[in-house]
Amino acid sequence: MLRGETVLRSGKHFMDGNEACAEGAIAAGCRFVSGYPITPSTEIVEHLSRRFPEIGGMFLQMEDELSASICFQGAVWAGVKGMTVTSGPGFSLMMEHIGFAAMTETPSVFVNVQRAGPSTGLPTAPAQQDVMQARWGSHGDYGIIALSPASPQECHDLIITCFNYAETYRCPVLFMMDETVGHMHGKVTIPSMEDIHVVERRISTRSPSDYAPFRVVEGDVPEMTRAGAGHRIHMTGLTHDERGYPDMTTAAQESLVRRLCGKVNNHVKEISMMESRHVEGSDVVVISYGISAQIAGHAVDAVRAAGIRAGQVRLISLWPFDDEAIRNIARSTRHIIVLEMNLGQMVREVERAVRGIVPVHAVGNAGGRVIAPDCVVEKIREVLR
Amino acid sequence: MADHTAGGGSSRLRGYVVIIEERCKGCAFCQAFCPTGALEMSDRMNRAGYHLPVLRFPEKCNGCDLCGMYCPDFAIRGVRNRPREDV
Amino acid sequence: MNQPVLLSPLLRQERMPHIWCPGCGVGVSLNCFVRAVEKSGIPQDRIHVVSGIGCTGRVAGYVNVDSFHTTHGRALCFATGLALSRPDSRVVVYSGDGDLTAIGGNHLIHTARRNVDMVVICVNNFTYGMTGGQVTPTTPENMKASTTPYGNFEYTFNLPALMEACGATFVSRWTVFHVRQLIRSLEKALKHRGFSFIEVLSPCPTLYMRRNRLGNPLNMMEQFKERSVIRNGEGTAGTSLEEGADLIVGDFIEVRRATFKECYERRMTEVLGERFVPYEGVR
Repeated sequence: MLRGETVLRSGKHFMDGNEACAEGAIAAGCRFVSGYPITPSTEIVEHLSRRFPEIGGMFLQMEDELSASICFQGAVWAGVKGMTVTSGPGFSLMMEHIGFAAMTETPSVFVNVQRAGPSTGLPTAPAQQDVMQARWGSHGDYGIIALSPASPQECHDLIITCFNYAETYRCPVLFMMDETVGHMHGKVTIPSMEDIHVVERRISTRSPSDYAPFRVVEGDVPEMTRAGAGHRIHMTGLTHDERGYPDMTTAAQESLVRRLCGKVNNHVKEISMMESRHVEGSDVVVISYGISAQIAGHAVDAVRAAGIRAGQVRLISLWPFDDEAIRNIARSTRHIIVLEMNLGQMVREVERAVRGIVPVHAVGNAGGRVIAPDCVVEKIREVLR
Repeated sequence: MADHTAGGGSSRLRGYVVIIEERCKGCAFCQAFCPTGALEMSDRMNRAGYHLPVLRFPEKCNGCDLCGMYCPDFAIRGVRNRPREDV
Repeated sequence: MNQPVLLSPLLRQERMPHIWCPGCGVGVSLNCFVRAVEKSGIPQDRIHVVSGIGCTGRVAGYVNVDSFHTTHGRALCFATGLALSRPDSRVVVYSGDGDLTAIGGNHLIHTARRNVDMVVICVNNFTYGMTGGQVTPTTPENMKASTTPYGNFEYTFNLPALMEACGATFVSRWTVFHVRQLIRSLEKALKHRGFSFIEVLSPCPTLYMRRNRLGNPLNMMEQFKERSVIRNGEGTAGTSLEEGADLIVGDFIEVRRATFKECYERRMTEVLGERFVPYEGVR
């Protein structure tokens, strides 16, 4: 396995978000990817299938997304960093193994280049309709992290953060791209290795008698091991004790599931990422994420040029949701508009967090095309009228 | 671990069996497939209520461990008293 | 013998007794597996067991090696990632007929097709035990299951023939009556390079036999003894488990063909030459 400068394509490039995502995964140390072709994510695995043989990685095209979403987890338990890549319909099939990764605390990255649904929908057209599915799609209670890039550069940079979070929190991390950002070409700067922060896997050095794969020694994330390390561990998707043995008691369920949720949701301040501008003292703030945030930016610039005190917030992380930050924004403005390429998903979270402090309005569509800045401008004028 | 050992240590006998009684579920595979017919299912039960096998004919047991191979519960094994080549 | 199988370090002794019913064949198969691993000489930390869901899926929880109890039908997929990333380990998938051939059927045919280097042990008890005795792709015709109360009217899989057709390079069928042969076969499979598939016919006294009035587990063991005909090395033609026919068991297929990893490395070396860096996972 080659690492460091020899594998990185450091320098300035003109590439699309999908390729940038693939290069970012390589920079993060990902060396095993199992996938299944699906538009509009396919370029990511095509790129990796070309690159990996030259850097000691492996791409494996599986028979479906059910297999693709767990094959790489086998590699992860061998000690490798791995991920899978998909889009809408495939994401639906992968829900099973997002839950499995959550339950077994497998550091795992799932990339979803969102397209318009439901079902087969519009394969080559963008949407942001899977953000609630990302949070709640698998059955049961659990914690996940989801990030949303707004540019090809961020497709590169944030996938590295995804891998770092996966290692830090031992949970599924979902990279919620969309068709537009995936196929959009732009300038992408790949830094040199020394300027990239990579969290490496921490393999427990405890002796087998002193180690349990799901025992929390410090904080709320257990120490990881890998197959063949001598710990002779057991892991299961069943409710389990700290040794990984099935435990069918409600006490075990209560403590395990609370910890799986808490280890993510109690660290929202460390995980959460957002950008804001002109929020303080504004009359309206447009909250958005992913490619829609670029649209929101144009709209906000346009109305500000016309003298309207408008601000903008861009969610970089979607989950866990930073209620407090959103509430603080509500205290600094008079109206909130949520812009997203769906018929109202994250707006519900914003409304919940805002608790009626200010009115929350939605601008959205059913997916298929990015929303024109004019629609946002119109909405801003409407709510301030 | 409650071991029930019969015939162990006696130099006149070719083999014996060791039973971990608490693991036995009374399926009788050991008794049915014992090639010398040395075992019998007894009236004695373990704590879970399963009837236990017993080495009814210690002189027949050659410690071949076929009972051990057939046991689904890792509850019985046959042990040879002497190395194979002496038997 | 350094340690009797009863107390083998390959078992999680603290978890005994296990959950399987009296007379269930899964325990016999595990007993044989432990003996085969000991005979094979593979170090304990170089063998990993992956299971799916179901009664046989619980095997992973009783073997004292790195063991993974995964999702229903997907053990093979997890095992593929694990095996490719730990090329110096033996990866064993241990699961049941419902898990491997129904919900996992697509993965089974593709993992065999790729000739991924692993051992698959399929305990076939003709039913879904854990969920209460439903029909599976291997339930014999006319037999009752909780979801075929009037008898099964579907055709069944002949698993060894299916596996041969898919390209498996080691294919066997034994019953839990054939303990000595099964131990030998498992030992061979553990040493075989490529995709190995061993079907192990097994009684499910609680949910299959009782519903079909087949008597006690010993009755099925007697059937296995009386009906079986051993046929080694002759392929899988004529091995279907039709009612009334001989029950054909044996090591049917044993061929050496480049594994998935070898095919990958051969192709990449041909095309990329010195630019090719093999995937080594973790050594």
